[in-house]
Amino acid sequence: MSRSPAAPSGTGQQRTSNGLDQFFASIRDRENLSLIDLAGASQANISFITEMGHRLYADDLLRSLDDAFGPAEGMLERQADPQRIDEFVNQGFDFPECSVDGALVWDTLQFLGPELLQALVDRLYHIMRPDAHLLAIFHGNEKARTVPIYHYRINNARTVTIIPRGERAPAQVFNNRLIEKVFQQWGAIKFYVTRDNLREVMVRR
Amino acid sequence: MWNKRKDEEYPPRPAAGSTSYTAPVSTPAPAPPAAREPVPVAPPPSQRIPETDYARGGPAMIGKSVAIKGQIYSREDITIDGEVEGSVEALEHKVTIGPNGRVKATLKAREVVVLGQVYGNIEAGERAEVRREARLIGDIRTMRIMIEDGAFFKGGIDIVRADASGGRARKENKESGYAPSQTVLQAPSEPDSSIDAAEVKR
Repeated sequence: MSRSPAAPSGTGQQRTSNGLDQFFASIRDRENLSLIDLAGASQANISFITEMGHRLYADDLLRSLDDAFGPAEGMLERQADPQRIDEFVNQGFDFPECSVDGALVWDTLQFLGPELLQALVDRLYHIMRPDAHLLAIFHGNEKARTVPIYHYRINNARTVTIIPRGERAPAQVFNNRLIEKVFQQWGAIKFYVTRDNLREVMVRR
Repeated sequence: MWNKRKDEEYPPRPAAGSTSYTAPVSTPAPAPPAAREPVPVAPPPSQRIPETDYARGGPAMIGKSVAIKGQIYSREDITIDGEVEGSVEALEHKVTIGPNGRVKATLKAREVVVLGQVYGNIEAGERAEVRREARLIGDIRTMRIMIEDGAFFKGGIDIVRADASGGRARKENKESGYAPSQTVLQAPSEPDSSIDAAEVKR
């Protein structure tokens, strides 16, 4: 993703996203697909995806995370509780096997503890169809104590407006090796490194 | 994305504690000239009992101190600012979940506006609107949807096409033969359903 000099509004930054471009290229000329967007429901994303003739499942994963695992203090410990993990994954991702055609998880995976992250990625693997794509974003500064988090508003198949929504501490140090390990059972993984220290990760089921 | 129309704004509610009461209009008989008793003076506008939605012909209202378990069928617009558990159907009308509304139910209506909390699926023939303060967990099936930034929504969105929706709405309306211009509260078919039909919490 590269920063565009002209932002459409005072609150967000418009960026070109290679990952998003590839994501929509993977579903081009297809209709009636089921897509997941985990950055919170927004009019822009709903309109863009439904006008393409697709169904959308929307969730604000970070808000759901806070609801399920409580305040920041001690959250990582609670995210390691197998029973809580099962409840969270079963409640939010109760889809039939191989029924999802694509997932936009944006930057949400950075804030999941190791056990919860693996459980969620495994669930996504099972509910997504073979060859379906997943787009994730990780901050490039692996040593940062906190990283900015954003709302992602799709403008078109290649550009997205990102709107800051605060900062949050990553649950782990997400270097490329760890990301590859998390997605090790998936078919392929591709990294796009941008000038503004974000890594877009496209993963194929 | 869609322009709001003024008549779609959430209707103002009477002050907390007020009841659905309209002051009777009485015309005092003309006093004989010799009586010279004090003539009752109408209170200033600020002290008058507010005219209810019913008197204005506005939507049916389930107030914030009311809890209902069961099925609601409505043939007029309805606003729910209390608690409802079960199902709500107003197939040709608008259902508004007010800011204090807490609904665990499936909602079927021509138009649904959510300002409060909804846990259940929504089927809105024409349009669904989720305001910024809303919390909605459930699937939405509608022709058009409007979600404000800040709203919490967790669920699926299925946009139906105009021709398919119109046909479906007409079919369902034909099947439901309830009387016009009334709101019916129907409890689940259980032996002591009368208790559950309208449970008021204070």
